[in-house]
Amino acid sequence: MNKQLEQRHRVVQVITKFLTPMILLFAFYVQFHGDFGPGGGFQAGVIFASVFILHGLIFGEGRTRLVVTPNILRISMSLGLLLYAGTGVVSLLLGGNFLDYSVLASDAVSGQHWGIFVVELGVGITVAAVMISLFYCFSSNRFLDRIPFKIQEEE
Amino acid sequence: MPYNIHFPALLIVLPLMAAPLCVIVRHSFFSWLIAVVVNICVVLFSVSLLLQVIDGDVIRYTLGGWAAPTGIEYYIDTLNAVLMVVISIISFFSLIYSKASIQAEIAPQRYYLFYTGWLLCLTGLLGIVITGDAFNVFVFLEISSLSMYMLIALGKERKQALLAAFRYLIMGSVGASFILLGIGFLYAATGTLNMSDLALHLVDADQSRTVIVGFSFITVGLLIKSAIFPVYSWLPNAYQYAPSAVTAFLAGTATKVSLYVFLRFFFHVFGSEYSFAEMLLGKILMPLAIVGFFAMSIVAIFQTDIRRLLAYSSIAQIGYMFAAVSMATEAGVAAGVIHIINHAFIKTALFIAVGCIAYRLGSSRIADMGNLIALMPWTASAFIIGGLSLIGVPLTAGFVSKWYLVTAAIDSGWWSIAIMVLLSSLMAIMYIGKIIEVFCFRKTTENMKGADVKEAPLFMLIPLWALIIISVYTGINGSIVVGTAELAASQLMGGML
Amino acid sequence: MEFFALYNDWAVIVLMMAGFYIMIARHNLVKKILGLSIFQTGIFYFYVGLGKVDGGTAPIFIEENEKLTEAVIYSNPLPHVLILTAIVVGVATMAVGLALIVRIYEKYGSIEEDEIQAIDEQEQINDHNGHADH
Repeated sequence: MNKQLEQRHRVVQVITKFLTPMILLFAFYVQFHGDFGPGGGFQAGVIFASVFILHGLIFGEGRTRLVVTPNILRISMSLGLLLYAGTGVVSLLLGGNFLDYSVLASDAVSGQHWGIFVVELGVGITVAAVMISLFYCFSSNRFLDRIPFKIQEEE
Repeated sequence: MPYNIHFPALLIVLPLMAAPLCVIVRHSFFSWLIAVVVNICVVLFSVSLLLQVIDGDVIRYTLGGWAAPTGIEYYIDTLNAVLMVVISIISFFSLIYSKASIQAEIAPQRYYLFYTGWLLCLTGLLGIVITGDAFNVFVFLEISSLSMYMLIALGKERKQALLAAFRYLIMGSVGASFILLGIGFLYAATGTLNMSDLALHLVDADQSRTVIVGFSFITVGLLIKSAIFPVYSWLPNAYQYAPSAVTAFLAGTATKVSLYVFLRFFFHVFGSEYSFAEMLLGKILMPLAIVGFFAMSIVAIFQTDIRRLLAYSSIAQIGYMFAAVSMATEAGVAAGVIHIINHAFIKTALFIAVGCIAYRLGSSRIADMGNLIALMPWTASAFIIGGLSLIGVPLTAGFVSKWYLVTAAIDSGWWSIAIMVLLSSLMAIMYIGKIIEVFCFRKTTENMKGADVKEAPLFMLIPLWALIIISVYTGINGSIVVGTAELAASQLMGGML
Repeated sequence: MEFFALYNDWAVIVLMMAGFYIMIARHNLVKKILGLSIFQTGIFYFYVGLGKVDGGTAPIFIEENEKLTEAVIYSNPLPHVLILTAIVVGVATMAVGLALIVRIYEKYGSIEEDEIQAIDEQEQINDHNGHADH
């Protein structure tokens, strides 16, 4: 990214930095308040990922890649899925049916609470990781030079 | 607690959990090992489930402990148990074959993605078959289809594969969307998504226009998904250009699974009375099926690429299956199920044989395959046995299924269909005969002289011959497949519990 | 008017037909994917309309002073949850489709279906001649 471009987007950059923690906080709120109100892993994951997508759009995808490397994404998107399915397997081992949360804790209600909590966490992690990696996939400029309508670079 | 009570859930969860594990491991050999080990477990689970339901029982597994009409349940009777066994065995042998075959077809750094996609696809296919919830069918259908598009496009050389996968994606998504819409109408009419519950409620809602609309959308969607005659266009290219292990897997399972959903919806959910007597589904399907197996057999005769030839032959075979099922008699459905099972094994074996040939020859043009019986005796003879089975020569599995198809047609008074099946078998003799002639009696062509053609590696021959032996065994001792299929058909026709 | 009473069903029909038409009539692969997306949106809209109850709220417990208020009308959440799943599937389909288009563009240098087909046919002919020359 060249100097002038950086200067030109200074306002957007400052606002992005200002917004980032708030969006992250909102993502966590949607994630963990999902038991009681509207929300849950899908929505929270997308909100969480939107921070990194915003960062990538404003500061350039290369810098975002330094923060969230493709390796982190690869592992966290698999771990989220494993967390989900793993909860089901744990409930199998504790004597319930697959994904029967009631057996996870001493009484059924808090068992359901824990089950939903862990499963939604798994969903959230996977969705966030997948969203960011989708952004990486389509934003990478490995074939930018072959696009017919070439983007004019300002000097 | 009996040890096998959770097998229905584990059958789906194991491959589903193994898929992200492959991504984490990211090692070509270990992901293959994970896939194979999981697949062995899946084979054992499905065989165990089949043994549990073989005497006419039904297993119902409620997920999350929520009872059936509210929660999602897995519903296992003979029909889907036997299909799960077929799918998992085919997946297992194609997986073993894939170890060697993908070396020539896929970039090494993508191997782990290949096995991830494979496991997800297996999850989806098994899920479609095992579930007793209409919406869940759609979800699993999309899991298997999405991973299938990715597997088709994964090859590094064939750029036509990309367009084939794209067309399959468009057609497949439209088909799945139609199914989704149809399920929505059924839900609007009955307020339930559980298949057995739907079956109960639809009896009351018989005359409702909502049900008719839902019925039509599901019919169209399933016909696209199972590539019956007028809507088959995605299939030949996908089969021809996909990596050969994927083609083998796809040919044995994908369209068969759609046909299973067809059986499940129209005999179990709607009931054969409604689908075939009232909505006259048979009157629409039968002509399509007949034109399908005739026209596609003719097209197959003129193909110069062996994989394309087999792809068109697959569409023709789907025509046979639909012809059998459209009779809507118990014998007809049994014949259809027998053909689904037998054809799955035969076609997978044939595509594996073709893959072996292409692996050594570097070409899948029939003209290049002169004198192959001397150069690759094991592969070529396996192909010939499979080909004879496709024609329906006595003592092969293909004979058993054609025999039951013709008998079922004659029993219900469709003499013309019996004759047409026999006539189209003559065409199968032509297209298989053309290949056998090249294998045995043509000389090696000039441009193949330089190539170092020898027998395929042992790792490819073992799965090939295992599948051939299975299909020959079911041909000689047909009673296993026939008995299970007849039981499945009587359960399906006998209405729901 | 009776005709407009079912306005949401008309919207579903228009969306689905528009999407379907784009998929059939356009040769540009990106436009095909967009058509598919519009087509699926029609179906999502159908499901959302299915669950909506006139005057219904979201299906959440409404608490006042630690006590549940009397029965409230709420929309049927099941179709909405189902369609959430279907939307995710739709996004996944679109991602796979676009990724395929990116690779098609890398290999062929075009995303027009007829141009790609022409390239393929030309190569097939060349390939065939190549074999005959030997």
